[in-house]
Amino acid sequence: MLTALLVMAGIAVMLGALLGYASIRFKVKGDPLVVKIDAILPQTQCGQCGFPGCKPYAQAIAKGEAEINQCPPGGEEGIRKLADLLGKEFKPLSAEHGVEKPKQVAFIDEAACIGCTLCTQACPVDAIVGAAKQMHTIVAPLCTGCELCVSPCPVDCISMVPVPETVETWKWRYPVVRMKAVEHA
Amino acid sequence: MLATLFKFEGGVKPDSHKDESSQAPIAAAPVPARLVVPLRQSAGNAPLPLVQPGQKVLKGEPIGAADGSFSAAVHAPTSGTVLALEPRTLPHPSGLSAACVVIAPDGEERWIERAPLDWRSASPEALRDRLRDMGIVGLGGATFPSHIKLKPGAAGRIETLVINGAECEPWITCDDRLMRERAEGIVRGIDILRHIVSAGRVLVGVEDNKPQAVAALRAAIAQSHGIEVVPVPTRYPAGGEKQLIRVLTGIEIPYGRFGSEYGVQCFNVGTAYSVHRAIEIGEPLVSRIVTVSGNVARPGNFETLIGTPIDALLALVAPKADTDRYIMGGPMMGFTLARTDLPVTKAANCILAASPALFPRPGTEMPCIRCGACTRACPAELQPHELYWFARSKNFGKAQEYHIFDCIECGCCAYVCPSNIRLVDYYRFAKTSMRALEREKAAADAARQRFEFRNLRSEREAKEKAERLAAKTAAARQAIAGGEKPAAAAMPAAPEQAQALPQLDEAKKALIAAAITRAQAQKEGVQPKNIDNLAPEKQAEIREIEARRAQVRELAKTPPEEPV
Repeated sequence: MLTALLVMAGIAVMLGALLGYASIRFKVKGDPLVVKIDAILPQTQCGQCGFPGCKPYAQAIAKGEAEINQCPPGGEEGIRKLADLLGKEFKPLSAEHGVEKPKQVAFIDEAACIGCTLCTQACPVDAIVGAAKQMHTIVAPLCTGCELCVSPCPVDCISMVPVPETVETWKWRYPVVRMKAVEHA
Repeated sequence: MLATLFKFEGGVKPDSHKDESSQAPIAAAPVPARLVVPLRQSAGNAPLPLVQPGQKVLKGEPIGAADGSFSAAVHAPTSGTVLALEPRTLPHPSGLSAACVVIAPDGEERWIERAPLDWRSASPEALRDRLRDMGIVGLGGATFPSHIKLKPGAAGRIETLVINGAECEPWITCDDRLMRERAEGIVRGIDILRHIVSAGRVLVGVEDNKPQAVAALRAAIAQSHGIEVVPVPTRYPAGGEKQLIRVLTGIEIPYGRFGSEYGVQCFNVGTAYSVHRAIEIGEPLVSRIVTVSGNVARPGNFETLIGTPIDALLALVAPKADTDRYIMGGPMMGFTLARTDLPVTKAANCILAASPALFPRPGTEMPCIRCGACTRACPAELQPHELYWFARSKNFGKAQEYHIFDCIECGCCAYVCPSNIRLVDYYRFAKTSMRALEREKAAADAARQRFEFRNLRSEREAKEKAERLAAKTAAARQAIAGGEKPAAAAMPAAPEQAQALPQLDEAKKALIAAAITRAQAQKEGVQPKNIDNLAPEKQAEIREIEARRAQVRELAKTPPEEPV
């Protein structure tokens, strides 16, 4: 009887020690869920969700502090992916956070630019080149289209232009089967 | 010598319809009234334009320079005047436009100075650069820049050169006619290609339904050693690069790898011929042979300047009245042209006039019954029906798992499908969507990285600024405290802590006093110095002015008089 108890207690202590060691040895740094959510978000860093960037929003979703439908650039598809990942119900994009738009990039009217650097400070991804009293310009391939540079501009020389489809970026359309109406006899 | 042939899986045997266009010799298409030359005519980067509207160009003059190594130059197909450099609709399934050079020919066909290159003594690098600057791209249809394929691969050396004369797609006979009529030039081109990669063995694969081409090539290589013409069984798609390499050498190239990694590389016969023209004559690629066939009265092959409108070619063959659409490329892999005023490009091997009788539209699409006919027909050994389900449900991850990018879009699966499912359209949709998603993902990752770096930088800047400020305050405090109370120097430097501790009030007062003294000293320092050491009369003048000023100040103090 005593032997059995001792053996069981011994096993319990050993397994406990093993688990304790494993929890230290194989500790996962950071929240893997946040990384997964962040990977789905479009990284526009526009702040339309009400958080200062995509990662803070991902953290808020992971903590359950934010809804999954607050990201207009991610659009419906992004919400679907988030719903899939988190096992939540799909819900349409929340209207107060904005509307889904086609991809666009900022464009600076270089003749009107006074070189105030306000837009370079607003750009979350350093996609604007310029210095004080020098003309600024957008590095279009880096621009995420977040529109954060538009309102700080004191001379309203920044506009958003949609990115046109080119032969390289063109996609084949989803094949559609045309249905033929059949009249009932 | 009889070579051992290998087999590829699957494939189909559609009616070849080669005789329609292969009877007449290659004719030269006339120079049209306008040439529209798209700048982008090869895989890779679009060339950089070199001409301005209004500029005169000679035949063969470069109009677009290769942008980086993954690109090929573009040349003026004839002499004339550049009318415009503007976006024009391309012969592309998208129907989108891209930059084109519009040339009005002067009818003189004046060549730029053509300089042959002695390739036997030239280095492989020089030859590759020459091919890039001559705009030589794969003429089999993929328009991959040839100089890139000639770079030595991971295996170090290309042992075997495969020359593709299979021309497996029905109706197309441009390579057949080229081999029959210009076998000499092809063989000379092969010699150059072989010299560049120093390949030991050359295998020319020709489908066995082209005996005249095989005979012509064999006659031309009589004097060359190590080139072997191998008739391969006629089975579509024997002319697929990976399929032909497999049939001739038994080497299977996995997805994402290039032939050069396995010591084998493949070139089209048309490419070999244009290599010969580019190196031994100094002529850039300004024309190609185009098969124009189908529902037409006089089908044939035409040596066509790049940029010639398809309309002009069709006028030569007289399409019949019941033609309802035109196809660019073959019936298996080609696409329907939205318009016929589009230019011929380096990729255009064939223009087909289609009538409902000759090319019946596929019947109504019916559900997939998983019969597996497509799997047996697939030359890439994929499972087309599975890919169809994944592509249809937009389950791209799964489609990738089933190797959708191995698909060569040959159309065998759709050809055999008893349910008339346009399978290739689904794969094309899935592939282009996946590429777009990949691009978006790469852009998002870059944006994330840049955003994080920016945050890091602004944090670091704020920290550095705070540190600099703290250090300055501490230094000042130490300077004052140094004289009176040395203990104050050891106190923490941050201002909010200073406020919290009452004994520091003294130190703070001292700081303020020091600042005031400093400011006063500075003020005195800027006293005007230009009144010292002046002549006595000047000093008298200054005194007079000062007196006047004092008088004015006195006046200013008295209330102003009432206006009269």
